[in-house]
Amino acid sequence: MIEVRDVRKTYTTGEVEFEALRGVSFSIKDGEFVAIMGPSGSGKSTLMHILGALDTPTKGKYILDGKDVSTLSDDELADIRRDKIGFVFQAFNLLPRTTVLRNVMLPLVYAEVDGEMRKTKAEQALRAAGLDEEHFIHLSNQLSGGQIQRVAIARALVNDPTLILADEPTGNLDTKTGEIVLGTFQRLNEEYGRTIVLITHEHEIAKHADRIISIRDGKIVEDSGTHARRSAHHRHETY
Amino acid sequence: MKLTDIFEETYFALSSNKVRSGLTMLGIVIGIGSVIAMVAIGQGAQGTIQSNIEAIGSNLLIVRPGAQRGVGTQVSSGRGSAQTLTVEDAEAIAKNVPEANAVAPEVSGRYQIVGKGTNTNVSVTGTTPDYLAVRNLQIAEGSFVTDQNIRSLSKVVVLGPTVRDDLFGENAENVVGQAVRIRGMEFRIIGITAAKGGGGFGSQDEMAFVPVSSAQKFLTGSDSVSTINVQATDASVMTQAEENITALLLERHRISDPQLADFSIMNQSDIIATASSITETLTMLLAAIAGISLLVGGIGIMNMMLTTVTERTREIGLRKAIGAKKKDINLQFLSEAIMLTFGGGALGIVLGWLISFAFAYFNVLETEISGASVFLAFGVSAFIGIVFGYYPARRAANLNPIEALRYE
Repeated sequence: MIEVRDVRKTYTTGEVEFEALRGVSFSIKDGEFVAIMGPSGSGKSTLMHILGALDTPTKGKYILDGKDVSTLSDDELADIRRDKIGFVFQAFNLLPRTTVLRNVMLPLVYAEVDGEMRKTKAEQALRAAGLDEEHFIHLSNQLSGGQIQRVAIARALVNDPTLILADEPTGNLDTKTGEIVLGTFQRLNEEYGRTIVLITHEHEIAKHADRIISIRDGKIVEDSGTHARRSAHHRHETY
Repeated sequence: MKLTDIFEETYFALSSNKVRSGLTMLGIVIGIGSVIAMVAIGQGAQGTIQSNIEAIGSNLLIVRPGAQRGVGTQVSSGRGSAQTLTVEDAEAIAKNVPEANAVAPEVSGRYQIVGKGTNTNVSVTGTTPDYLAVRNLQIAEGSFVTDQNIRSLSKVVVLGPTVRDDLFGENAENVVGQAVRIRGMEFRIIGITAAKGGGGFGSQDEMAFVPVSSAQKFLTGSDSVSTINVQATDASVMTQAEENITALLLERHRISDPQLADFSIMNQSDIIATASSITETLTMLLAAIAGISLLVGGIGIMNMMLTTVTERTREIGLRKAIGAKKKDINLQFLSEAIMLTFGGGALGIVLGWLISFAFAYFNVLETEISGASVFLAFGVSAFIGIVFGYYPARRAANLNPIEALRYE
């Protein structure tokens, strides 16, 4: 359960103040697949940083799993990211010259999961993300773009997070591969009941989600949440 | 983050860029290696010099005559020129100074020794049997000068091995019993001393020894002696012995003011102390120069770590996004720096050992590697890792994850 209440974010550069978010409120229930859509400069990246506990709001509250994240220290935010958030980036951000398994196991290193358990969990996540077993021991730079992004999705999944945040996950992929990756998100949402927030500027991509929150100039201009395409009664179980 | 994970990450990061890690390590290898080698060479030199000094005898006090000064004149003929010391002085020292273990007076001069168709100019020393003990000398063949020889003014001579070689040919045998001529007089060879190698104060291998009485009568024609060698019973009583000898000789020479003493005493432990302080300074100088290369190596580490942090900005951002704390990033990069210096330190110790081994192997110098210098080298290399790794690691830890992820 995610609750965002009247969140504002102001950046100050010298004497110039810029308000990136100007009072944003919404809530996302567990198991929802939400797209946050807006053009560049709309504040969607700022919103993603706050949702991902990478940044805190200047004003307002962000409550994740009943815990107020908006006032936490850097180290406490790191714990939230480690336990509750899984990131998928546009630029993939895999460790270069490193095996697929090792990449996926990386979050478990910080979660101090035991060695054997790491491998089991990483393999599970990779299967859930739809990567063929033969690629598990390949180096990250030996894979195609679509495969890389699936490794990144597996890495986001491996810690069993409350929320998966995908920031323009198809931005570096061609349309066909992008479709496959989006399909993966849909499957994770439907089959495994994962809560997914997709940040994008393209409506084509956003429409894969069940609910679209449109944002412009730091404010929500439209939220399709009330008339969801599908009712959100997903099975909630770990993959 | 577990400790084993930090080690694994560190190993992984360093081994994924082997050439660069290796080159960076090389700076530390050379630094630590040269410190160890220089200290080993310095200590080896100290040991060699010390053993050279000790080879001339142990616990030795050397009494030499002072300057002779004519009555009513200020002209001095220089130290050692006075003819104030006598065999009786030596006997008095042996009798009255309890710390004196052995006393050997010495009369020396350079003379031409003539053999069969050959001749050589050597230092001929007139002395007593105690000379062997006092100057650590051994007899290889025959015997040394005896008290009987001294009493009977025997014209006998003991040759150093080099003198024997010069007169009779290399390692000539059956030399004992043959005769040589010194100042036109025939001396019978009664012994050959054992080869001792070069000493700090002229080699005894190149000397010839005759009874002190014979030297005074036939060679110098004077009753004085040029040196009195005194061996103290123990290193700890050398100062005491020196004071007693001074008092005794002042009294015998009827001098009331010690400032006007007509003799001087050289203490062997003083010579060793002086030589040691010289070599210690030398060792420190060498180590300091080597230390500079260690410093340069450390700066190399810092340089590489800063480059690495910049290159891996996105990786740092990602690690932070998936839950790494500042502390984790800090430790990871610090341990990379320490691993580099530690690895470099270990290789440097091997290199230093090889260099000093080579010095010893090719007989340049006896070297000795002290455990302390190895221990110190390890400590220093770890310390350098921490010092030069701290700043880059802190820079990495303080990166903002959002900006780090965006870094191109």
